[in-house]
Parts: sequence; C-alpha cells; structure tokens
Amino acid sequence: MSVEPTHLGTTPEDVAHVKRIWKAFWILLVLTILELALGLTIYFIDLGANPNESLVLILKGVIIIFTLAKAFYIISIFMHLGDEIRTMIMSVALPALLFIWFIIAFLADGSSFRHLRNTDAGIRKYEPTPQQFHHPAPAPAEKGDKKLD
Amino acid sequence: MQTAIVKEKAKLWAGGRSPFNVSYGKLMMWYFLLSDSFTFGAFLISYGTIRFSLNHWVDHNYVFNEFPGTEANLPLAFVSLMTFILIMSSVTMVLAVHEGHKMNQKGVIKWLSLTILGGLAFLGCQAWEWTHLITGEHAVLVNGVIEHWGTTVSHNPWGPDVMFNGQQVATPGPVAFGGYFFGITGFHGFHVFTGVVINSIMLIKTIKGDFHKRGHYEMIEKTGLYWHFVDLVWVFVFLCFYLI
Repeated sequence: MSVEPTHLGTTPEDVAHVKRIWKAFWILLVLTILELALGLTIYFIDLGANPNESLVLILKGVIIIFTLAKAFYIISIFMHLGDEIRTMIMSVALPALLFIWFIIAFLADGSSFRHLRNTDAGIRKYEPTPQQFHHPAPAPAEKGDKKLD
Repeated sequence: MQTAIVKEKAKLWAGGRSPFNVSYGKLMMWYFLLSDSFTFGAFLISYGTIRFSLNHWVDHNYVFNEFPGTEANLPLAFVSLMTFILIMSSVTMVLAVHEGHKMNQKGVIKWLSLTILGGLAFLGCQAWEWTHLITGEHAVLVNGVIEHWGTTVSHNPWGPDVMFNGQQVATPGPVAFGGYFFGITGFHGFHVFTGVVINSIMLIKTIKGDFHKRGHYEMIEKTGLYWHFVDLVWVFVFLCFYLI
C-alpha cells in the first residue's frame, strides 16, 4: 500500500510504520479466515451421525486462542499500546487480568446450575425431558416450513 | 547509560509531567475503554453463564446461515463479511491517525471518510441481520400445535427437534437467546453508531482545518482508540455468538 506523498515528505520511519499496520491487517485477516475454517469444520462435524464432542471442544479452544491473538494485535499495533511506556501498559493491562477470575467464577456457576437442573437437587424432583434430537436436519427453507401445517 | 535511565525514571514521577508519558485526554480514553470492556465483559460472561446452565442452546450454524440475495444455506458467510468490513475500517482508521501524525490534512480526510463508510456499511449489515431474524418465521411445536415464530426477545424457535405427525419439528428454545443476542449486538451496534457520529464530527473539524490550526491531530488518535475498541469488542462478540 503506497503512502500519499505529503508536503512533509515520506521518511523511512513512515514507510516502516505503514508497513507494520498492513502487516497487522494481514495477520488479523489470516486469523479470521482460520477461525472461519475451524467454525465450518465444527459445522460439518456436527452434521455427522456421531459428532466427536471432544474434538469439537478442542477446535473451539483453538478458535478462542486465535481470538486472543487477534485482540493482542488490535490492542498493541492498532491502538499503539505496545508503543507506550511500561507503566502505562500496566495500568491498563493489570486491571484487565480480573477477567480471568470473572470468567472462571461465572462459568463455574453456570455449570453448577446445570448440575442442579439435571439432578434431584434437594426438594425438587428431577424430570428428564422427552426424547429430543439435538442435531436437527440442515435448516429447511422457509417455504418448506410452511408445508407442515 | 544506566544512570541516565534511572534518572529518567525518577524524573517520570517527579511531577510536572504525565508519568505515563501520554496526555490527560488519551489516558482517560484508555481508562474509559477499560471500564467499557468490563461492561461488555459482564454481558458476555452472563451470557456464558446462562449457556453453561442450560442443557440445550441454539445452534448458531442454523440461526445465522443466510446471505442477502440468496436462498442457499451459508453458515458464517454473512458474519464473515461484517467482520471483514470492521477490520478494514480499523485499518483505515489507523492510517488516518498516521496521516494525522504527519500533519497531512488531505490524508486524514481521505482515510477518515473511508472509516465512516465502513462503519455505515457495518450498521447496514446489522440492520439486515436483525430484520431477517425478527421477521423470518420458523415452524415451532407449541403445546401440540405448529406455530410460526420469528426470533425476538420473547420468542425463540430454535429449540431441540421432536417428532410430530411423522415430521421432525423444532420446539421453543431458551428465551434468553434473543435477549442476549439483540442486547449485546445492539449495545455493540450502538457503539459503532456513536463511533460513526464522533468520526463524522472529527471529519468536519478536519475539513475546517481546526486541528491544523491547533498544531496536532491528537483528537483523531483518541477517536481512533474508541474505534479500534469497537473492533476489539466485535472480535469477542463474533467469537461468542457465531463461532462457539
């Protein structure tokens, strides 16, 4: 990508900086495309008769890691936080570490709710839901839906 | 050399200048964005909590599988386009900030205009997606009768399938889906909208030459921070609603 010539002229630092921006863009694009590829892989695994649950979980984990990498590039290159001095970086990054506790605590809470829902959980009697199909057929066209009634 | 660094560090906290080596406005923008990230974090984590607490959630590949102008089954396609638009507008924004550093008024106008266009394109995509979800009706088995529901904050036609009169038909899904999806993407869309408004104000001020007279384009940097934050949040919304 060429830089528009300016009245100030283009210095080598300018060229390097613009290069870095486009490099970050390509990294973000490639990571997004990889995420989409993995997302579609999950979709096709789920279409199968016996989807491999643990493989799907691993793929989702990889997608999360790619997302964190994207967040790092956006913050450090696009928002220039990587170019600030250390104290400045820490005053933003350290409070954000609270997210680690936040996510673990609340997702554990959610799992606990699910456990209670699926057991007798004290006074309430557990009633299993009737037989359901967790993997519906590929989404029918809306016109097809209408035929049902 | 070592003493020079120590001296520099001591001077940093000796008063009379920002120890973080940034202007007040930029520092406060960072702290605002930090607090905003906790707001979004709270929304997304509570969504995660509800999802973890339920035995069944909707399958995003069936909810988001349409593309304007075609009837084909295209999971992830439209949201990829939206993601691409937002990443692209983030790049044009950072290029506008870069031109601002060089005091190049024409460059700032060019890249900032493209950023605003990107933001408007994203909002247009979101408007289409919302309309499609709310008005697109799907067969659902409610109390032994087939009804046709759109996806709203009170109706979710994407529950697990059951057999009914020899046909596979969906049952109502968790109501929370619509609330979280429209709430979080709506809050993000509102950020995009305010970003577009703020960027437009900055564009007008740039065209009028306000920043040139002031001698620096720091305002563009601050709105740039906000705009990149909007992109950053989308990365996580994209992850939580469309990918996993």
